[in-house]
Amino acid sequence: MQFMLLFSRQGKLRLQKWYVPLSDKEKKKITRELVQTVLARKPKMCSFLEWRDLKIVYKRYASLYFCCAIEDQDNELITLEIIHRYVELLDKYFGSVCELDIIFNFEKAYFILDEFLLGGEAQETSKKNVLKAIEQADLLQEVRHMCFLKICRISVLTQ
Amino acid sequence: MPAVSKGDGMRGLAVFISDIRNCKSKEAEIKRINKELANIRSKFKGDKALDGYSKKKYVCKLLFIFLLGHDIDFGHMEAVNLLSSNKYTEKQIGYLFISVLVNSNSELIRLINNAIKNDLSSRNPTFMCLALHCIANVGSREMAEAFAGEIPRILVAGDTMDSVKQSAALCLLRLYKTSPDLVLMGEWTSRVVHLLNDQHMGVVTAAISLITCLSQKNPDEFKTCVSLAVSRLSRIVSSASTDLQDYTYYFVPAPWLSCKLLRLLQCYPPPEDGAVKGRLVECLETILNKAQEPPKSKKVQHSNAKNAILFEAISLIIHYDSEPNLLVRACNQLGQFLQHRETNLRYLALESMCTLASSEFSHEAVKTHIETVINALKTERDVSVRQRAADLLYAMCDRSNAKQIVAEMLSYLETADYSIREEMVLKVAILAEKYAVDYSWYVDTILNLIRIAGDYVSEEVWYRVIQIVINRDDVQGYAAKTVFEALQAPACHENMVKVGGYILGEFGNLIAGDPRSSPLVQFNLLHSKFHLCSVPTRALLLSAYIKFINLFPETKSTIQEVLRSDSQIRNSDVELQQRAVEYLKLSSIASTDVLATVLEEMPPFPERESSILAKLKKKKGPGAVSNHLLKTRKACLTDIKGISTPSPSADLLGLRAGPPVTAAAPSAGSLLVDVFSEAGVNDDGFLRFVCKNNGVLFENQLLQIGIKSEYRQNLGRMYLFYGNKTSVQFVTFTTTLNVQAKPVEPLIEGGAQVQQVINIECLTDFSDAPLLNIKFRYGGALQNLTLKLPVTINKFFQPTEMASHDFFQRWKQLSLPQQEAQKIFKANHAMDTEVLKAKLLGLGMALLENVDPNPENFVCAGVIQTKAQQVGSLLRLEPNAQAQMYRLTVRSSKDTVSKRLCELLAEQF
Repeated sequence: MQFMLLFSRQGKLRLQKWYVPLSDKEKKKITRELVQTVLARKPKMCSFLEWRDLKIVYKRYASLYFCCAIEDQDNELITLEIIHRYVELLDKYFGSVCELDIIFNFEKAYFILDEFLLGGEAQETSKKNVLKAIEQADLLQEVRHMCFLKICRISVLTQ
Repeated sequence: MPAVSKGDGMRGLAVFISDIRNCKSKEAEIKRINKELANIRSKFKGDKALDGYSKKKYVCKLLFIFLLGHDIDFGHMEAVNLLSSNKYTEKQIGYLFISVLVNSNSELIRLINNAIKNDLSSRNPTFMCLALHCIANVGSREMAEAFAGEIPRILVAGDTMDSVKQSAALCLLRLYKTSPDLVLMGEWTSRVVHLLNDQHMGVVTAAISLITCLSQKNPDEFKTCVSLAVSRLSRIVSSASTDLQDYTYYFVPAPWLSCKLLRLLQCYPPPEDGAVKGRLVECLETILNKAQEPPKSKKVQHSNAKNAILFEAISLIIHYDSEPNLLVRACNQLGQFLQHRETNLRYLALESMCTLASSEFSHEAVKTHIETVINALKTERDVSVRQRAADLLYAMCDRSNAKQIVAEMLSYLETADYSIREEMVLKVAILAEKYAVDYSWYVDTILNLIRIAGDYVSEEVWYRVIQIVINRDDVQGYAAKTVFEALQAPACHENMVKVGGYILGEFGNLIAGDPRSSPLVQFNLLHSKFHLCSVPTRALLLSAYIKFINLFPETKSTIQEVLRSDSQIRNSDVELQQRAVEYLKLSSIASTDVLATVLEEMPPFPERESSILAKLKKKKGPGAVSNHLLKTRKACLTDIKGISTPSPSADLLGLRAGPPVTAAAPSAGSLLVDVFSEAGVNDDGFLRFVCKNNGVLFENQLLQIGIKSEYRQNLGRMYLFYGNKTSVQFVTFTTTLNVQAKPVEPLIEGGAQVQQVINIECLTDFSDAPLLNIKFRYGGALQNLTLKLPVTINKFFQPTEMASHDFFQRWKQLSLPQQEAQKIFKANHAMDTEVLKAKLLGLGMALLENVDPNPENFVCAGVIQTKAQQVGSLLRLEPNAQAQMYRLTVRSSKDTVSKRLCELLAEQF
């Protein structure tokens, strides 16, 4: 996988992970182009498209688009399930995840992704093992409680 | 449990994020961000030492601001400080910041590497994982240099925790991708391969990605992985859906690992060991059988995971291309998917079938689905699926169905999406040419193409139809008749006028017997389009007219009248005016004999690779051309036998070099062919001269600058030719060079050329090229132009011949790290040995044969002559055809020379 982008229906980028070296300018250009391309597609269209010399695999969950760029010989369907497994991980960790969780806890979203995918390849596909790694890390830290009101929680998984 | 209570809330961060979200406008957001940046900066600069928590919070805020798309120019030091914190979350945020924001050139890299080193040796698995994640995320060369030796040790050590092994494997993969030369598996190879046997499925999942990548580059060293992969796969495939516990995904056992195993096997030919092969075939059959079983779940995740394995298995079957039975079963399975209600499956089936079409075993089976595919082309609602259908039609086309497929593609073109029209046009043109049994069908098809999608018909397509008509006399009469009819349409595309003008100019006589297409009727028809056409087409038509005068003397006075008219002979366009004047003169002073010789019919074009095919390849990117794997859909576009005869000089247009012109008719050749010559645009002019001495350095509408140069020892002489391409004088023409040069004539008449000589002496080695500034007035306007003169250090090379032994001895002598420069880069051009040799010779060094043990590699030796000193240089170029990459190593007695040569050469191949 070359990169993964999460963006909202309004085109706001929520998470970006790059597995190939690119300049900031290129990253911005790619993001702009891809967000536009994907948002322009209709709901029933297929989840794969060719873009430059890459294959784009994307899926929408509630208000969020998950979009991966893979190489020619990579498998589209399994990438689609990579996206789904990541969504499940987020869901399990945050407890019915919504876009707001990813906005306010963006660093957690990155940590979970790093446990699941590394260098663009699946590192650990067991949900239990990934969450165990993250929760262990949570136990290691000082516990600080914080109250925060979440309004309009729309779970990502109940699309 | 409310999610945010998990982990550590950073209240200040949450408040900041919600402030940003509440901003009503971009300006308000920027204002809020600037306020925050000022606050953070003052905190970082303040006298009070910040505690770890605050530091973490501010670094996290900076990261958030950066991810919003703003630039961050401070905070790096604080992030690096966090790396050495003992608190996990602080360390974690520090690493995250570094992973996202630190570029490899940063001065901080030393400090970062230090922190990583500490964590790697900490024996604390969570810290080790964080450090490995950071290396994998940054993946810079500096990190590879620092850690590529250590990580394999961690990966195979017996006491390493599983999670650390997983990170280490993928970390190494990332480093291998950025710096393959630094990651040496050597002694670890067999232990890494044996990770495929690891008890922990997660370790296997991670390790296999690394093994696959390494196998692609060094298949022999890793070939023991094949039997291990087969037995692992067999165990997974035959396990019940619950056996693998958490590695079962929606009732599918280990889908990710299965796909990766099947992918790894695609790096190798079918196993030679009968037992291993039998076991593998059994696995593939099981996978195909499972596709027919009723689903264990209605969830799309279940079918996706199952089908992901199925498609990967089919890829492997296609890769082996040796089991007719499996190939046909694969084809039938894909045939079912072609009509599946899931768009995704239809898309993938079309894509996968494209590669099946190129196998001799399954080609016929694929062809049986032609009606379904044509239907998909017509009815699919998603353009990307239609595109796949068009690709598949192209791939399954052969002599038996070419007419049907071409007709369907032509009719699809009328409504096709703009984004894919050009590619469709190229494909139709190629199929029509490749499968033309009678060339009248070919001519009809191309003319239809121009009629339906004229705007998308590139020059290559109409050049090619002309080439073919000229080379085949059985179709010339038909072609003349058909273009004549096509031109009758009240509105026809300019490309049609071009083809018409050319063909009637050559073969109009073949239909002139019919009074409905008598010479004058033909001429009037062509001339009725003249005023609507652009300058290049008009120029072509003028050439057709002079050809008419030769073919049909009775049209001479009419045509001379036209040429003589003010709109031709005084045309503001210099090219048209020149043609009108010359053709008029030629027709009035030359005798019929001379005229007949000068305007003789064009001789046949030499048979070369189809220019259209080259164009399609180019569209598909350089990688696709030499990609010999039939696996990829793109590869089948190039699988066109019979016409691909790559020649080292193959330019894109088979036509551009023009036909061999007979001595008797030099002007005829150039007159008619010059329509096709195209101004070389060369903003990269400089780099094109590294390996050659003569040519056109620059050209635009007004001015052409040619160069001839010669070099001996440390001296050189360069002749610059400034050609005025317009009909108007250039006045106050000056050139200044940032070194001394003789002045040049201040005036260049329209159409004239002046010459300037520059004497060059190389005093010492250099990197920057001299700049040439050119100023002149054209009309009233001042033109100003600065060019790099193509004087590069390699021009002062004296080739040195030496034997293998001497070469390696000298190579070893130049072993200081700074004496060597190395670059690994992607091939920009076809990796043709002859072309490479020619370029290396052009470089000025001696190309040494039989020196490198690997015959694929090139080694060269030479001495650069400067006034101050002589610099001996050795060069080694290692092409990797499979990866389409080169590794270039230069060693010189002077470091700046190595570096410069390496830079210059990296752009040449």
